[in-house]
Amino acid sequence: METILEKARTAKERKQESRRKFVKALFRRKVVLFGAIGVLAFILIAVLAPLLAPYDPNKTDFFAALQSPSGAHLLGTDDLGRDVLSRIIYGSRVSLAVGVLAVAIACVAGTFLGMCAAYLGGWADAVIMRSCEALMSIPNTVLAMALIAVFGGGLRNLAIILGLSTVPGYVRMMRAEVLKIKGSDFVMAGKLQGSKNLRLMYKHILPNSLSPIIVMMTQQVGQTILVEAGLSFLGVGVSVPTASWGSMVSDGKAYLLTNPVFAITPGICVAILVICLNMFGDGIRDALDPRLRGDI
Amino acid sequence: MDKLLEVRNIKAQFVTDGNVVNAVDGVSFYLNPGEIIGVVGESGSGKSVTMMSLLQLISSPGRVAGGEVYLENGKDNLLSYPPNGEKMREVRGGKIGMIFQEPMTSLNPVLTVGYQIQETIMLHLGLDKEAARAKAVEMLKLVNIPDAESRFGYYAQQFSGGMRQRIMIAMALAAEPEILIADEATTALDVTTQAQLLEMMQDIAKKTGTSIIIVTHNLGIVAQYAERIYVMYSGHIMEHAGTKALFRRPEHPYTRGLLKAIPRLSDPKGKVLVPIDGLPPNPANRPPYCPFYPRCEYRKERCKEGIPPLRMTEEGHSIACFLSGEELEQREEELSHKLQKETAKKTIKPELCLDIRKVRKYFPVYKGLIRKKIGEVKAIEDITFQVRKGETLGIVGESGCGKTTLARCLMRVYRPDEGEVIFEGTDIARMKDSELISFRPKMQMIFQDPFSSLDPRQTAGSIVGESLKIHHLTKSQEEYEAKVDELFRLVGLSPELRERVPHEFSGGQRQRLGIARALASNPSLIVCDEPISALDVSIQAQIINLLEELQSRLGLTYLFIAHDLAVVKHISDRIMVMYLGRIVEFSDCLDLYEEPLHPYTKALLSAVPDANPDAGRERIPLKGEVPSILKRPAGCPFSDRCNLTEDRCRKETPQLKEVKPGHRVACFLYEQQEDA
Amino acid sequence: MGKYLLKRLGQTILVMFLVSILVFLLMSFIPGDPVYAMLGEDITPEEYQVAYEQLGLDKPLITRYAGWLGGVFQGDFGVSYQYHVEVEELIASRVTVTLYLAVLSTVIGYPIGILFGMLTAVYRGKKADSILTFIANLCNCLPQFWIGICLMYFLALKSGLLPSYGFTWPWEDFGMHMKQLIMPLICLSIGSIAGVTRQTRSSMLEVIRQDYVRTARSKGLREKKVILIHVMKNGLIPIITMLGNRLAFMVGGSMFVESVFQIPGMGSLFVKAIGGKDIPVVQACVLLTALVSCLAYIVTDLLYMLVDPRISLVESE
Repeated sequence: METILEKARTAKERKQESRRKFVKALFRRKVVLFGAIGVLAFILIAVLAPLLAPYDPNKTDFFAALQSPSGAHLLGTDDLGRDVLSRIIYGSRVSLAVGVLAVAIACVAGTFLGMCAAYLGGWADAVIMRSCEALMSIPNTVLAMALIAVFGGGLRNLAIILGLSTVPGYVRMMRAEVLKIKGSDFVMAGKLQGSKNLRLMYKHILPNSLSPIIVMMTQQVGQTILVEAGLSFLGVGVSVPTASWGSMVSDGKAYLLTNPVFAITPGICVAILVICLNMFGDGIRDALDPRLRGDI
Repeated sequence: MDKLLEVRNIKAQFVTDGNVVNAVDGVSFYLNPGEIIGVVGESGSGKSVTMMSLLQLISSPGRVAGGEVYLENGKDNLLSYPPNGEKMREVRGGKIGMIFQEPMTSLNPVLTVGYQIQETIMLHLGLDKEAARAKAVEMLKLVNIPDAESRFGYYAQQFSGGMRQRIMIAMALAAEPEILIADEATTALDVTTQAQLLEMMQDIAKKTGTSIIIVTHNLGIVAQYAERIYVMYSGHIMEHAGTKALFRRPEHPYTRGLLKAIPRLSDPKGKVLVPIDGLPPNPANRPPYCPFYPRCEYRKERCKEGIPPLRMTEEGHSIACFLSGEELEQREEELSHKLQKETAKKTIKPELCLDIRKVRKYFPVYKGLIRKKIGEVKAIEDITFQVRKGETLGIVGESGCGKTTLARCLMRVYRPDEGEVIFEGTDIARMKDSELISFRPKMQMIFQDPFSSLDPRQTAGSIVGESLKIHHLTKSQEEYEAKVDELFRLVGLSPELRERVPHEFSGGQRQRLGIARALASNPSLIVCDEPISALDVSIQAQIINLLEELQSRLGLTYLFIAHDLAVVKHISDRIMVMYLGRIVEFSDCLDLYEEPLHPYTKALLSAVPDANPDAGRERIPLKGEVPSILKRPAGCPFSDRCNLTEDRCRKETPQLKEVKPGHRVACFLYEQQEDA
Repeated sequence: MGKYLLKRLGQTILVMFLVSILVFLLMSFIPGDPVYAMLGEDITPEEYQVAYEQLGLDKPLITRYAGWLGGVFQGDFGVSYQYHVEVEELIASRVTVTLYLAVLSTVIGYPIGILFGMLTAVYRGKKADSILTFIANLCNCLPQFWIGICLMYFLALKSGLLPSYGFTWPWEDFGMHMKQLIMPLICLSIGSIAGVTRQTRSSMLEVIRQDYVRTARSKGLREKKVILIHVMKNGLIPIITMLGNRLAFMVGGSMFVESVFQIPGMGSLFVKAIGGKDIPVVQACVLLTALVSCLAYIVTDLLYMLVDPRISLVESE
């Protein structure tokens, strides 16, 4: 009994050690650390928005409309007299929420469908893959807009739709990965041990096919945030009056000459958040797959 | 005599994660004009890095850290030239040509092979395009590429592996260099192709006066083709001697150990292999003394005082060892007494473990949008044989002969199209997957590649214990734990390693894990699919001995698939030779090696490079290469390469017939004798 | 090769068929009444009934789909609810603008991106690599519409150098054409340069560590020759074949640039159609973009066969 406990403890220690190694590999490059700190900062801002924002982001004040940056309004006010800084702080919630939710949805759906396609083969495979090709032939943004037109905008719909429009990528990757691993020696070994198919799937195939999916997820969060900003800019994103960086740029466009800060700062925020996410994502990719290290 | 190439104290380093690793740590050697020398060493011994270093070809993060290289008694140290400068480039390809290991990836896939040869000629010989083309075609003819003229415009992927390596040789020799370095040039090829290429290189070298450096891990190749040999271990040269002297009187403990550890074709059947214990050191934490010390059977305290320099023991023979000749001999004497551990006794029972009858497996070939079946790959056909309980049946053949397909049919990874697979009295050939599950524990498999056959995400313990869990072979958690520990000990691994994941093990240890996994469910039959071919030479004996010991202890039956005929000879009781999906010969082990009957078996045996330069053997040249299984000739599968082919061979397929007790062969040659 | 092309065409037709079903289904679920969307809210019940039958809304979904698909094959996409003109007329004039911009920015972006990508790969780890790679990574993160807004502010509004919006064909007013072209082109090209640079770099680096490059060096070739002949040909194959992909991507991305600079292209038409629930226009736009990208993929395959001997070899066997 004692030896079992001992073993359990060493197993735990080994796990901790491998985690430490991963973290060390992850932050070996300074950029990755920088990216991680940036992402963390944005998350903190989003969570603590009510504490950080000097004003209510949706409170209109027509007498204070279109003010230039001042002590009272650090980044000025918009056409309805709302504080730009407060709206930017709240806007981080939309970007992060949509980015993370959409990627989570895409990943879960894509992994499941990809596994089904690879595992079931035959007609299921054909139907899933042809549908994916059809979806992929429509550019991401176009598809998302068409879907929004049908199902309406709003944060929840936006996350689902952006997620769905990126599903084919995950399906294809997962399918290829499962097919590759299905043919590997250790899966055959598992089968020869007497494993049933289901056990092979969750015990051997799934755990080994996840790392490219994780890499893809980290790369996709930033992309999704860019698309969300674009859709909001075109006026089909989250519904008014929710503050979103994309729609703020669009609102500010008309007052570009008089009050450029209003339109330009939200865009800078999008760019910085996406840069940080990408730097962090690249770090995760390198730590998971050392072969790619150093390449973009 | 003037030396053609002299390398003094060359060093190469790699920088990984801020640590400097000395891959090559002061290697010196020389080469005389027209000579063929061999550099042997296991993986990681630094033999390839040495060759790359002298041409300054190692790329970042590696670098040449010191040493001198002189060509043709020249004054200039080649290593003092800038790596990509004009002078260095003149040497590369112009003075020294090089052939690499991987024929599949060493040629550029988007340039024609002709262009790639022409390019070298124009660069070094200063010929114009037309003349260079003519010379390139001439080179292709020299290396026996049929239809050289028209093949000039082909791409590498239109050739087989053997052909590609011929093209590499043509390219390396195109600019008439004085030296040819063949870096594991034939390792990836089949034995018969390997023999063809090595003989061709030897011939060309004789004709043109080119010197050759053969770099390999295969002691047989250097024994057969090299005049002098350097033995490398962990970045150092351990021993240097003429070929015959090295194999007759090896002096360094490492060389002595190696020769005791490898099975050789010319050895008597009962030879006991003495493995070298332990693992080659990781270059990153090599000790500051003799790198072989930890594994050395002869070591003395003073061996830890530093790295032993190469010293001459007699004319043309030197070793890097502090111990004197007398000390080594004395220890050798002591060891030979200890060595008398008797061979594991095994008992072969008369009843059958496996009865295979007329098994056939074709793979359909699909093409087009609707995946129409356009043909079949006839992987194996008409396979009939029996295996008795407790015996080892060796299955040999070159790539594409169907030995792996056969193994998978027996293990029911594939379902045979036809025939019976009777395992301990039950035909399992047609069983459904669900019915098979109860048979799985009784038949197990050991895989070739110890790296890909273990799930990288599972711990060693759960890999080994998987079948115990699946089939509920243990009653309680305690019993399970105890059983897994026992399995670890059985294969010579410490149970403390249970929580590690596969990548924390070395190749040999992983193969032990694979064996433990196979043993877990207490099987009666184990199919070993090339279980040692991916391992280092010094590790192979450990695994062979382990397999033999387990067989005698547990009464296992083995199907031992391999392409190394020396290993098969050592381990098997009976042997089956396959060629292009058919059995061509089936015989008791000794009978086969002493009196092979089928022309293919004869050629195959004569092609094996024996690690014994004194064993005089007859060479039977074989024409052509192993054809693709898609292009199997009609009639006898060997008919298009056989020297004795007659009309009948091209029309009818010979059947396996017993020619004398325990020896069956599929060849008309022996039927005719009977008729007469 | 002909067989292969035929096979690809077959696949494309299948995919387009699926897209058409998807598009039609989606649009039939769109909330709101198409009759009101077309004619406005203040119509009599009789007028409503006539329009309702005209649109075929009384027939089952599958009949309507068949009718619509039949029309599409004859180049009839229906009538726009917003503009009350034939959709195909509406799109014909606009699709040329979008394609013109997409092709032009690809022509600009590709060579520059490839050049940068090769420089960064060859000088890997050096200063030039770090700087260019950093800029490429940065540009990849900038929202396209925001680049447009910034350009508009600095080049048009602040300095007055360029007109801030609009599009004129060169044969109408060449000078104006050029002036109006600069900002949209920069906007479209930045992302494409950054993308191509990144992809070229990683593709070249992948090739540089191949065995055959070592072989080329072992022959004594000049480093320049090694890169230009042995590395480049292999490294550029995936880049060249991305061309079709990029073009399709451009058409999708044109919405943002066209909206910012008020260019009468398909992108801005699509955005307006979405806003106005102009179903026939949305259907036509989605179908057309899908067609463009499908064709682009076929072109990609053809290019692949032209530049890579490996493909045609496999097919001919």
